[in-house]
Amino acid sequence: MATILVVAEQANGHLKKASLAALAAAKQLASKTGGQLAGALIGAGAGQAAQELAGYGVPVHAVEGAGLEHALAETHSAAAAEVAKKLGASEIVIAATAYGKDIAPRVAARLGAGLASDVLAIVSGNQFKRAMWAGNAIATVEVTTPVKVVTVRATEFAPPEKGQGAGTVTPAQVPAPQAKTKFVEFNEVKSARPELTEARVVVSGGRGTKGDFKPIEQLADVLNAAVGASRAVVDAGWQPNDLQVGQTGKVVAPQLYIAAGISGAIQHLAGMKGSKTIVAINKDAEAPIFQVADYGLVADLFKALPEMADAVKKLG
Amino acid sequence: MKILVTIKRVEDYESKIKVKPDNSWIVTDGVNYRANPFDEIAVEEALRLRDSNMPSEVVVVSVGPAAAAAEIRSGLAMGADRGILVKHDAFVDSDGVARVLKALIDKEKPDIVLMGKQAVDVDDNVAGQLLAEYLGWGQATFASKKESLESAEEKAKKPGIKLGADKKSAQVAREVDGGLEVLEVQLPAIVTVDLRLNVPRYASLPNIMKAKKKPIAEMTPQQLAVDVTPKVKVVKVEPPPQRAAGVKVPDVQTLVQKLRSEAKVI
Repeated sequence: MATILVVAEQANGHLKKASLAALAAAKQLASKTGGQLAGALIGAGAGQAAQELAGYGVPVHAVEGAGLEHALAETHSAAAAEVAKKLGASEIVIAATAYGKDIAPRVAARLGAGLASDVLAIVSGNQFKRAMWAGNAIATVEVTTPVKVVTVRATEFAPPEKGQGAGTVTPAQVPAPQAKTKFVEFNEVKSARPELTEARVVVSGGRGTKGDFKPIEQLADVLNAAVGASRAVVDAGWQPNDLQVGQTGKVVAPQLYIAAGISGAIQHLAGMKGSKTIVAINKDAEAPIFQVADYGLVADLFKALPEMADAVKKLG
Repeated sequence: MKILVTIKRVEDYESKIKVKPDNSWIVTDGVNYRANPFDEIAVEEALRLRDSNMPSEVVVVSVGPAAAAAEIRSGLAMGADRGILVKHDAFVDSDGVARVLKALIDKEKPDIVLMGKQAVDVDDNVAGQLLAEYLGWGQATFASKKESLESAEEKAKKPGIKLGADKKSAQVAREVDGGLEVLEVQLPAIVTVDLRLNVPRYASLPNIMKAKKKPIAEMTPQQLAVDVTPKVKVVKVEPPPQRAAGVKVPDVQTLVQKLRSEAKVI
């Protein structure tokens, strides 16, 4: 029986949440192909994170060793491809995070596989839906090669429930190539707020804030929300790069997305259209953002957001 | 140094994208075309690297239809030295593009290859990584920089990619989940660029005139002995699901009530 390999992601021994979305997608794929699931974790801490993934009833191969300490695309893709070859995997599923996007194409090249990237839905064993033109069109693509690599958009696949039994964890040794790349440093962006792509609630501000994000941040604090921004805000230097929601920034799909002072350029909509409930607050009643909003409020955000923060506080 | 940059001809992101009634592709009539915005950032970075490391050369390459010569010309008008168009009218998947570029790079032997991290038509974000693996090179994807786009470094048009003293390596800051990672890549290498690496320049009128005289070599995938039959075919294109029209609420109190009792999200 063919194997579907989930290449999961971890940091310091902790499994990344997006990897569970990849597992969910792999399970859907298995229901179409009849394949069996396996997992792989690579790098320092892989063994510990593998225990967590195995908790979902999947056998997991943990690859640790010299040259794999840092998540370099060259070495990690080589390790993933080696595990895939050993298992005779016919499909390799990876979450389309920065790590997944970095390594998946190299895994595909090593295996002679076709790659469907940033997949939204599994149509069949070889057909996948994905967004193109900033989400203005949804394409069904067919991967024609015997071995297939699929990266999946984590917000589109709900993490699976933990099953009864746990899978086994097998330490694996694979030869890692000599990397032509060296890790120098990582500058973490520290924030007390939840991560943008993982938050249940996101409050985003646009040009209408005129650079003053206090009302956005105050409402975000009350709702335990992440803060986002439109491209205009980031380009103006009002907020850091990593807050940008949109086609060229982060794609988010929280339970609640509040867009304040954002007009709703196609670019921005592509990054948040998948949210469950969208609220738009804008002074301009004609702003395109209202066309995608479940609840629209024509108001000045500097009045409406503090009022909303108070009202939410009173709800307790 | 020889710096190779790729430019893709894509639909203008300001154009209204509509799906064809037969679901085969999007309507292209009446759509404006332009250079992929990420590729313009790559061209800008290439020019800054060249100008701070003379003598150097910037070669812009496009894989696409004959009309893509216009996008190469736009790169030349920004200041690149010469162009290469690998002409192919039909759809080429990212893997095909990567293999065409590999064949070309084997001939051109650049010291560094700069590419947009993704083209805003198919939004694939894979060609650079595939190319790096096919060449056996290192890669730094999603290149950004620590300095902001408002910084003095940016205003002075300094390259965000820092070449080593011996020009055998480069340090690249990458935009990854949760922060910026700095890698040192041994050259030659592939660097794919993200939005915050730089602000691309506009072509000046004299440079647009000069660009008309710059050479663009033409070739085909066949001449490079590359079979561009796609590994990934587009079988259907559909419009995205439409969101049901929402309601306007009169005030904040109503909004909060509805979010609590109707949407049940707070």
